[in-house]
Amino acid sequence: MGWLQEFYNQNSSTINFFGLNAILGLSIYLTLAAGLLSLANAGFMAIGAYVSALLTIHGHWPFWAVLPGGALVAALVAVPLGLPVLRLRGVFLAIATIGFGEVVRLFFINWDYAGGALGINGIPQQTRWYHIFGLLLVLLYCFWRLRGSRTGFAWEAIREDESAARTMGVNTTFYKLLAFVLGAFIAGLAGGLQAHLRFIVDPNDYGFGEAVDILVFAVVGGMNIFVGPVLGAGLITVLPEALRHLRSFGIQPGPDRTLVSGVVLLLVILFLPRGLVSLFTEAPRSWARREEPVAPPA
Amino acid sequence: MLLQLDAVGKAFGGVSAVDGVSFGVAQGQVHGLIGPNGAGKTTLINLISGLMRPDRGAICFDGQRIDRLPPYRVAALGIRRTYQNIRLFPAMTARENVTVGQHTRRTDTLLERLWFSPRVAAEERRLRDEALRLLARVDVSDLAEVRASNLSYGDQRRLEIARALGSEPRLLLLDEPAAGMNGTEARALGRLVRSLVGDGLTVLLVEHNVRLVMEVCDGITVLDFGRVIADGTPAEVSRDEAVIAAYLGTDDDQAADVQETIATLETAAGSLIEPAPAQGEAPRPGAETEAR
Repeated sequence: MGWLQEFYNQNSSTINFFGLNAILGLSIYLTLAAGLLSLANAGFMAIGAYVSALLTIHGHWPFWAVLPGGALVAALVAVPLGLPVLRLRGVFLAIATIGFGEVVRLFFINWDYAGGALGINGIPQQTRWYHIFGLLLVLLYCFWRLRGSRTGFAWEAIREDESAARTMGVNTTFYKLLAFVLGAFIAGLAGGLQAHLRFIVDPNDYGFGEAVDILVFAVVGGMNIFVGPVLGAGLITVLPEALRHLRSFGIQPGPDRTLVSGVVLLLVILFLPRGLVSLFTEAPRSWARREEPVAPPA
Repeated sequence: MLLQLDAVGKAFGGVSAVDGVSFGVAQGQVHGLIGPNGAGKTTLINLISGLMRPDRGAICFDGQRIDRLPPYRVAALGIRRTYQNIRLFPAMTARENVTVGQHTRRTDTLLERLWFSPRVAAEERRLRDEALRLLARVDVSDLAEVRASNLSYGDQRRLEIARALGSEPRLLLLDEPAAGMNGTEARALGRLVRSLVGDGLTVLLVEHNVRLVMEVCDGITVLDFGRVIADGTPAEVSRDEAVIAAYLGTDDDQAADVQETIATLETAAGSLIEPAPAQGEAPRPGAETEAR
C-alpha cells in the first residue's frame, strides 16, 4: 500500500478535484436527465460553499453539519427560483440560469460580512478524500437505483416529450422542480466540500466559467447515463495534469497546454458525440443491434 | 353519460375553433367525432385532455367538472389520449413507453428502491408483465425492446394506444388512430377498438376514415366550423343533409350533382351499415382470445 500512499501524496489535489468535479457533473446530469438545460449549479455551489464556510467560522458548527446546512440553503433558494424559471425551455432556461449565477456572484462580492470581493480565507481544512469519494459512491448508488424508478421514468418522459408526459399523468411542474432542487442540493454539497478543501472561498470562482465547465463535464462524458459526467470530469481534470509530462516533447506549460486541452475536447465532441461513455456502452450494443428485431417497413 | 360537454367554446385570437359544442358519450360506447379539416376536432380533444382550457362551457367526466384541471389530474381520473401526430418517447423502448403510461399506477418511492423493497420489486414485476401483455394486444410484442423511433408507422400508432392503456383508463381519446394505415391495418384497428370496449372501456374516436367510423362507432357527432351539425347513430348521420353539404359544399350550380351524390352516398352508407353488425360481431371473440 506504500505506493498508493505515495501516489496520493503526489496527486492529492488532482484526485480530490476529480471527485468534486464528478459530483458537480452528477448535479447537472440530474437536471439534464429531466430535459432542463440549467447553468445554475455554479451559483448553487457558491451558496453551499459560502454558507458552510460561514457556519464553520462564525457558527462553530461541526463539519458533518455544515455540509448539509450549506446544501439545504442552496436547495431552498432553488425552490422560488425554479418555480418561475422552469417554465422556460432550452436556451432560454440556460440564459435565465446564467443570470442567476451572476446575481449570486455579485451578491457575495457585495456582502461585506462574507469578505466582499476578497471572499473568505482561513477555512479549516476538514475535507478528506474519503468525504468526497464516499459522497460520490453514495450518489452513484442513488443514480443507479433511480433508473427504472417512477421518478426516473417521469424525468425521462419529460425530456423526451413534455406535453405527452403531462397527458400520461406526470405532474411535470413537480418533477422538473424536484430535479432542479436535488441538483442544487448536490451542487451545494460539492461547494461545501470544496470550501473546506482549499481554505478559501473566492466569489469569482463561481462565475460563468465554472457554470460552463460543469456543463462540459456532462457533454464530454455523455448524458445518456449517469456515469458519463463522472468520466467527463475525470478527463477534464486529469488532462491538464497529464499534459505536464508533454514538456519533454517541447510543449510548454501555459497557452500550449490549453491548446492541446482544447483540441482533445474538440476531438471527443466530433468523434464521440454521445460522450466518452459511448466508448463503453455503444460498442457492445452495435453488436447486439444486429440481433435486435428490426421493425418491418410499413 | 360518462363524458358530457356543455356549450364548450374556444377561440384562438378572433377565430372560433370550437363554438358552443354540446354532446355526450355514454359509458361503454365508441363515439365518433368527424368533420372536415379545421372543424375543431383536435381542439376538442385538447380541451378534454386538459392541454387547453375552454373559454366557456363545461366538460364533465363521471359527474365531475374537469375543464379547469391540469392535464396530469385529468389523466389521473382515467382519461388517456393518443395524438394525431404521433408523440411517443422516441429514445425509449416500446416497453418503456408503456411503463411511462403506467405512471399513475406506480407507487414506488426512491427511498424504497434504495433498499430494494420487495413490495416495489413485486409491483414492478407485475406492471412489467402487464406492459408486455398490452404490447401483445396491439401486436408489437416482438418489438418490446426496440426504440420507439425505430418502429414502423403503424406500430408506432398502435404503441401509442398501448401506452394509453397502461393506466387502465376509463375513457380513451383516439385522435386519428388510422391515419396513414392501409385498409387491412385500419380494419384490425377497428377490431381492437371494439375489443377494448368489450372490456368496459369508453372510446371517443376522431377519424377521417369514414368507413372505419361507420363500422366501429355506436354514435357519431359531426362538427363543422366548430359547431355540431349532426349527432346520432351512424345511419342517421350518413343521411343528414347538413353533413353531406359540409363534406361536399353547397353550390346552387351543383345542386343536381349534390342530389345525385346524396343518393350514391345513401346507397354506399346502406351497404356499409348493413353488414356492419356482422363484421363488428364476428371478429370480437377472436380478438378477445388473441388478447388473453
